[in-house]
Amino acid sequence: MSEKRTAITINGIVKEFSAGSQMIRVLHGIDAEIRSGELTYLVGESGSGKTTMISIIAGILYPTDGSVSVFGQDIYSLSDNDLVRFRLSNIGFIFQQYNLIPTLTAAENASVPLVAAGMKRDEAVERGRAMLDKLNIADQADKLPRQLSGGQQQRVAIARALVHEPRLVVCDEPTAALDAKSGRRVMDLLREVALAPERTVIIVTHDNRIFDLADRILVMEDGRITHDGTEMPDH
Amino acid sequence: MTWIAIRMLTGDRQKFFGLLFGVAFSALLISQQLTIFINLIERGATAVYNIPTANIWVMDPVSRTPDVALPMPPTALDKVRSVNGVEWASPLLRSGATVRTPEGDLEGVTVVGVDDATLIGLPKKFIKGSREALYEPDAVIIDSVGAAKLFPEGFDPIGVRLELNDRRAVIRGIVDVDPSFTSQVILYTRYSNALAFVPGTRNRMSFILASASDGLTAKQVTTRITEATGLKARTREEFARDGVDFIIENTGIPVNFGITVALGFIVGVAIVGLTFSLFIRDNIKQFGALKAIGVTNNKIRMMVAAQALLVGLVGYGIGILLAAIFIASGAANSPDFKGFYTPWEIPVLTALVVMTMILITGWLALRSVLKTEPAEVFR
Repeated sequence: MSEKRTAITINGIVKEFSAGSQMIRVLHGIDAEIRSGELTYLVGESGSGKTTMISIIAGILYPTDGSVSVFGQDIYSLSDNDLVRFRLSNIGFIFQQYNLIPTLTAAENASVPLVAAGMKRDEAVERGRAMLDKLNIADQADKLPRQLSGGQQQRVAIARALVHEPRLVVCDEPTAALDAKSGRRVMDLLREVALAPERTVIIVTHDNRIFDLADRILVMEDGRITHDGTEMPDH
Repeated sequence: MTWIAIRMLTGDRQKFFGLLFGVAFSALLISQQLTIFINLIERGATAVYNIPTANIWVMDPVSRTPDVALPMPPTALDKVRSVNGVEWASPLLRSGATVRTPEGDLEGVTVVGVDDATLIGLPKKFIKGSREALYEPDAVIIDSVGAAKLFPEGFDPIGVRLELNDRRAVIRGIVDVDPSFTSQVILYTRYSNALAFVPGTRNRMSFILASASDGLTAKQVTTRITEATGLKARTREEFARDGVDFIIENTGIPVNFGITVALGFIVGVAIVGLTFSLFIRDNIKQFGALKAIGVTNNKIRMMVAAQALLVGLVGYGIGILLAAIFIASGAANSPDFKGFYTPWEIPVLTALVVMTMILITGWLALRSVLKTEPAEVFR
């Protein structure tokens, strides 16, 4: 069994948002370490700060204070352009509403990160198609998102998140828009395809139907981590 | 990323065609209206350009255009002929009259009396008949626009008798000329006939047409004529320009066409701006996702620029093509549009206007994309 190394180190993360003349603190100095080779869940009620937390970890929201080190790189010490490049090379995103481009086929959607990185269209689409094959929807590769079911669209989104082989995959409520069966299937697939010794997968969810698939669960309440374990707390 | 941007745009057919319509409509309206405007005001110069033999026009100092002229005494002709540097000079009469057709219709016409001996002042290109026919009794030559106006299509007017200011006139030929600003029927006749057709005051001669001697420019000779006679002398180009300027200064045409062109621009900006904004709004989540994935703002700018460029190029092409078809078809089929052409400056100007429109609307659309925080895709 390979050794699970620390992939992400979070130090004293504080995040405040302005609401008129007031500043509202949504994260209160969070410290955490997330390891590679694990499926880490970030769980909490609405407003607990989990989406803010995942946004900061993914390098798309600057913290008010604190630092985030991803694979040894303090990402918020990078310039804006370097941070964008870092995300492109190292992070895959899976969104709750998929956010696929409606006028591109499934294979083309899956190829977007490669195209953004400068790969030629044909090669990128071919690799997108291969990733769809891994996710067992190669037969849907030439269809537009509107021609696919919710579960199939989410699988295309997973293909897009993994096609450039990122070391970190962040997922925001990946099963929220799916029924129980489809959600379970998508999560099984995600675990099977995405999880690798050198890869970290963080999933924001409050879907208790899939808690059993987690290697580690971080529970957030009111901007603080209140539980860190392999299972959900009893209460 | 350009192909993704183009696919995002063209895949949403409703908005893509809406954008094309907005740009094409603007380009069509602007280029078509500007073409009509330019051709219309240039008709202030057709009376001058229809007489290619004369490079100098002499007139009373208060005369302004071929149709706004104070007649001169016959002695003025001798004065001009005596100016050193004048190769030849001949009289020209232009005056309004009314004509009654055999069917009894009444029509306002311009009677142009040309020099009896040389027929200088007569247009060169004949569609029917010949210059010599003008020597027949009561002969008039009608212009092509007038023939189309007075007679049904396919009718041969040669030999038709007209009642011109209560006198008999017989059409003996048709000349091909560009219509005047008012598209009024023009009847050419000999000067001596014109004096009879158009009775009036003691002074009857509207203009003196002249030519500069070899070795002298028209401009040099006009200066000499003015100094020697006190009459106003203009080169052909100057007098043609006077006719155009007169229309610009004395009619509401520039303002009216200006308003239409401005409306074309405003409506275009409104349609394109709104549709582009709707398109961006519908795709804002996708743009946010792209930004989160790692597409830089510069690449986003390039994507929106590619979309705007495509819409601009295709819309402009359609608009200009439709305008060209409209003008060409009008010029071929309607006497009112006879001789209409599209100067190269108009497509260029239209392209600049369309580019401005695209820049404004593209910039407005881009602002909302650039303002979108990638983190918003998680909300």
